[in-house]
Amino acid sequence: MQERRFIVQAIMIAIGLIYVIRLFFLQVLDSSYKIEAEINAIEKVVDYPYRGLIYDRHGDLLVFNTPVFDITIVTKEFKLADTALFCTRFGTTPADFKKLMSDIKNPAKNIGYSRNKPQTLFKQLSLEDFAHVQDYMQDYPGLYTQARTVRSYTYASAANALGYIGEIGPKALKAQESSYYKQGDYIGQSGLELYYEKELRGRRGVKYIMKDVHGVLKGKYRGGAYDTISAPGENLISTFDIQLQQYGEKLLQNKIGCVVAIEPQTGEILAFVSSPSYDPNLLTGRKYSANYHELEKDPYKPLFNRPLMAMYPPGSIFKLAQAAVALQEGAITDKTRFPCDKSLVNCHQHPSPQDLRGAIQWSCNPYFYMVFKKMISRDLVQNKFKDTEINYDEWRRNMLTMGFGQKMLVDLPSSKSGNIPSNAYYDKIYGDLHWKFSTIYSLSIGQGEINVVPIQMANLAALIANRGWYITPHFIKSIGKDGHVLEEYKKKHVSSVEPKYFDPIIDGMAQVVLGGTAYWLQVKDIEICGKTGTAENPHGDDHSVYIAFAPKQSPKIAIAVYVENAGFGAMTAAPIAHLMIEKYLKDTITKAPLEKMILEKNLLHKVKIKP
Amino acid sequence: MRSDEKINITNNIDWITVGFYILFVFLGWLNIYAVVYDPEAVSNIFDFSINSGKQLMWIGGAFLLIVAILVIDYKFYSTFAYIFYVISMIILLATIFIGKEVNGSHSWLDLGFVRVQPAEFAKFTTALALARYLGTLGVNIERFDVMFKAGILLLIPCALILLQNETGGMLVFCAFILVMYREGLPGTLLLIGVSVTLLFVLTLAVGNPGQAAATQAAGAIVHAKSGLAQYYSNPILIGLTVLFGLFMLYFIINRLRMTRKQLTNRLIVILTIYVMSIGFVLAVHKIFFEVLQEHQRNRIMVLFDTELDTQGKGYHLHQSKIAIGSGDLFGKGFLEGTQTKFDFVPEQSTDFIFCTIGEEHGWFGSTVLIALYVLFMMRLVFLAERQKDSFSRIYGYSVASIILFHFMVNIGMTIGLFPVIGIPLPFFSYGGSSLWSFTILLFVFLKLDSHRGQVLAGH
Repeated sequence: MQERRFIVQAIMIAIGLIYVIRLFFLQVLDSSYKIEAEINAIEKVVDYPYRGLIYDRHGDLLVFNTPVFDITIVTKEFKLADTALFCTRFGTTPADFKKLMSDIKNPAKNIGYSRNKPQTLFKQLSLEDFAHVQDYMQDYPGLYTQARTVRSYTYASAANALGYIGEIGPKALKAQESSYYKQGDYIGQSGLELYYEKELRGRRGVKYIMKDVHGVLKGKYRGGAYDTISAPGENLISTFDIQLQQYGEKLLQNKIGCVVAIEPQTGEILAFVSSPSYDPNLLTGRKYSANYHELEKDPYKPLFNRPLMAMYPPGSIFKLAQAAVALQEGAITDKTRFPCDKSLVNCHQHPSPQDLRGAIQWSCNPYFYMVFKKMISRDLVQNKFKDTEINYDEWRRNMLTMGFGQKMLVDLPSSKSGNIPSNAYYDKIYGDLHWKFSTIYSLSIGQGEINVVPIQMANLAALIANRGWYITPHFIKSIGKDGHVLEEYKKKHVSSVEPKYFDPIIDGMAQVVLGGTAYWLQVKDIEICGKTGTAENPHGDDHSVYIAFAPKQSPKIAIAVYVENAGFGAMTAAPIAHLMIEKYLKDTITKAPLEKMILEKNLLHKVKIKP
Repeated sequence: MRSDEKINITNNIDWITVGFYILFVFLGWLNIYAVVYDPEAVSNIFDFSINSGKQLMWIGGAFLLIVAILVIDYKFYSTFAYIFYVISMIILLATIFIGKEVNGSHSWLDLGFVRVQPAEFAKFTTALALARYLGTLGVNIERFDVMFKAGILLLIPCALILLQNETGGMLVFCAFILVMYREGLPGTLLLIGVSVTLLFVLTLAVGNPGQAAATQAAGAIVHAKSGLAQYYSNPILIGLTVLFGLFMLYFIINRLRMTRKQLTNRLIVILTIYVMSIGFVLAVHKIFFEVLQEHQRNRIMVLFDTELDTQGKGYHLHQSKIAIGSGDLFGKGFLEGTQTKFDFVPEQSTDFIFCTIGEEHGWFGSTVLIALYVLFMMRLVFLAERQKDSFSRIYGYSVASIILFHFMVNIGMTIGLFPVIGIPLPFFSYGGSSLWSFTILLFVFLKLDSHRGQVLAGH
């Protein structure tokens, strides 16, 4: 029977072999167990960084973070004995709760649902609300807390520039280049929050934490080798003067329009008013969706960012740009006089004839008709049409160097370019060589096909104040600890018009306030250079327009005001501009009755609301 | 001369086997530490409040046992074999009544300072008694009466352990079949045993017990009129019919080579086996659904249906497979396992210690450990075969077979090849009873082996 030892040993080897082969399938070939093991024991905990703060130019805090609490649920662990009691404690109804739970468990609605992982049950409870339910949490296994922050705004102000953050949408989630954002993440949705998203958000950290079978945390996975440390977002110092901003918003109450105030030497935006606006705190926290819906329905469009998006005919303020280009191109000199010939184009009563300074002072329409005619019809070639084309193209090129007809690269996500029509544009309407000065003469007084967004008007004021150059207007003067700014905002854009040609224009603008269209608005001790405008509006009353800078020597502020349906520029826009200039430069208001008149002015009824 | 013997107690000891023993105990201890290791709390492998520390205590005790075994005269074990056997049977019997209830079985004796499982030691005494009996001159296992008496020797502890409700411990005694096979038990008996087991497994595997369980609720198996038709659609029965049909066809074609009587006899034998097989398959259904207890049925069912209730009945096996399966080729590294460390696998230090190897040391480590066990067992067979004395040889085979059974079932259950039967991995699993009983089992054999030159006279 001794030979049977081999059979016994063969059995031992066979069992060993079978097990080794079985283990090979289990451990090496089948990867599903590895995934299950991770689901079992490793939890990914996201460490949300602190979003950067935003300050005004004097260090006033504008935007900050407030803690809120999400309550999450692990459905596998969740046990509920008394639904009614639960609903009372957590302030919901059994029907709502049932719906909520079925939505959470529905993979079609809740992509990536897993019964082992926390799912959001109640979102963004305030510290106060959370305190109410905190004690009950321990009665319900499977409920967890995720602390987050939401944005808060110190002032109910500057909403259109600051923007808001919100949960990332499905489209944005798919469109992102890196896979940084996950479902449920918050992202800047508009304004500075969107433009400076990368700087503000910081870098999210992820910790892989091990937990045992009871869900008790057991330390870092692999000693934290796969963890990433979160980095807080960078703080931003904005260019806003929040006092001026609030004053501007107050002056524009019950009116539709906007104000843009810029520091000419730096391009820093001091005030950026879009009226009507909204309290930015409406678009934070739990009420976000409901409030957003309300704002979207509002007929006065508070979400519409007028200074960048509203394309208006500039009206008479455009005469300043006309003058500069004509001087540069030699079409006129500052001594050139034209009579106020009302047969050419309508004008109001004023002494005539005028030179350039006087024409600006009185805003003489026939004078600028002639200036534009001289510019466009220089008889460089025989063919009248051909000559128009060449001269117009030259004129347009000059205009573009002053920031018109192209997007201002402001640090906000959406901005319109306005329109300085090209030759091709007119060719398309009238046919090649079928248009000349008489076709496009209304451009001479800032009407017709040209469109300008308010920030371009403010930029024109800054450019004149600087005698021919500008820095693209912007909102952020310092990013993070090192205080850098984006490259674009260090660059001087020099217009094609030489500095010397701005002297007569500036003299004219000073005369506007000293003895011209805005003479009644002089401000004590401040020499303001301004230009009124009244933009024709086919849909209703004229729009009131005004641009200005002050003081005349070494300007500190350039401003553009545009108020819809408010009549003459000197009636509404100019007073607002002068009040703001005084407020900014002197921090006082000497003309209380004027301020009162503006504050009481209600023009909302004049606005035609499209249903 | 007596004093010489005392000094040289380690004389002629097989150091290779001792080396395996020390290696298994040491690796087991490290892996027990890996199970209880908690990265949050700074724990020490020597800490007596945790399992690794306690196991160190058991290991210390085991070394004392070894010294005692080596000091005691080698003739002692064969001389008192029957007495040990009787005493252990009495203890087993007593345990049924005075045993501490653990997980529904009365198999633990509380000795105050320590709890022991007498069934562990019954393996040792039964091995001694069987060796003594089969080693007696003139006793031949091929004889029916010897077979019967040997069977009685084995059945007594089996019955007592079954009465303790400790099925796993009872099944270990199957290991002795291999010993008797070596000693001359007809090979056909072994073959029949293997065939029966195979048929049993196939019946349950193909019959899809998960589904059958649903239909079985009403006891349809015996009573339903369509019963027979239902069974004949069973692929096992169809397979058996085809197989035996082919056998008969083979003999009929080759009928010229044998007489008519021979042919008839063979056909009758084949038909009888066929009918018995069919009966067996049908009986398995009945046994499975009506005789086995719910929890035993569940343990078998989860083997065949891996997705069956992974949170309940199948939890044990599912978690065990996750732990091992997540080990990949080289494992996660010592103390880096997440499944085993964080209690996802129950009974981690004791019955499921192999999961730690699988998870932390991967396929490579598992293969090395399995190879070590196989080499160790083959070494035991080699040692058994070199005995001059048949008592020592039979005892040696018993040791090898018991270890083989534990090895096969313990690792097999963690990877889903055996039902979950709670038996430990020899020398490796946490627990004093298990470590001490295996130590005694092995070192008594090594003591006998060291005196292999001398024949145990007097039997």
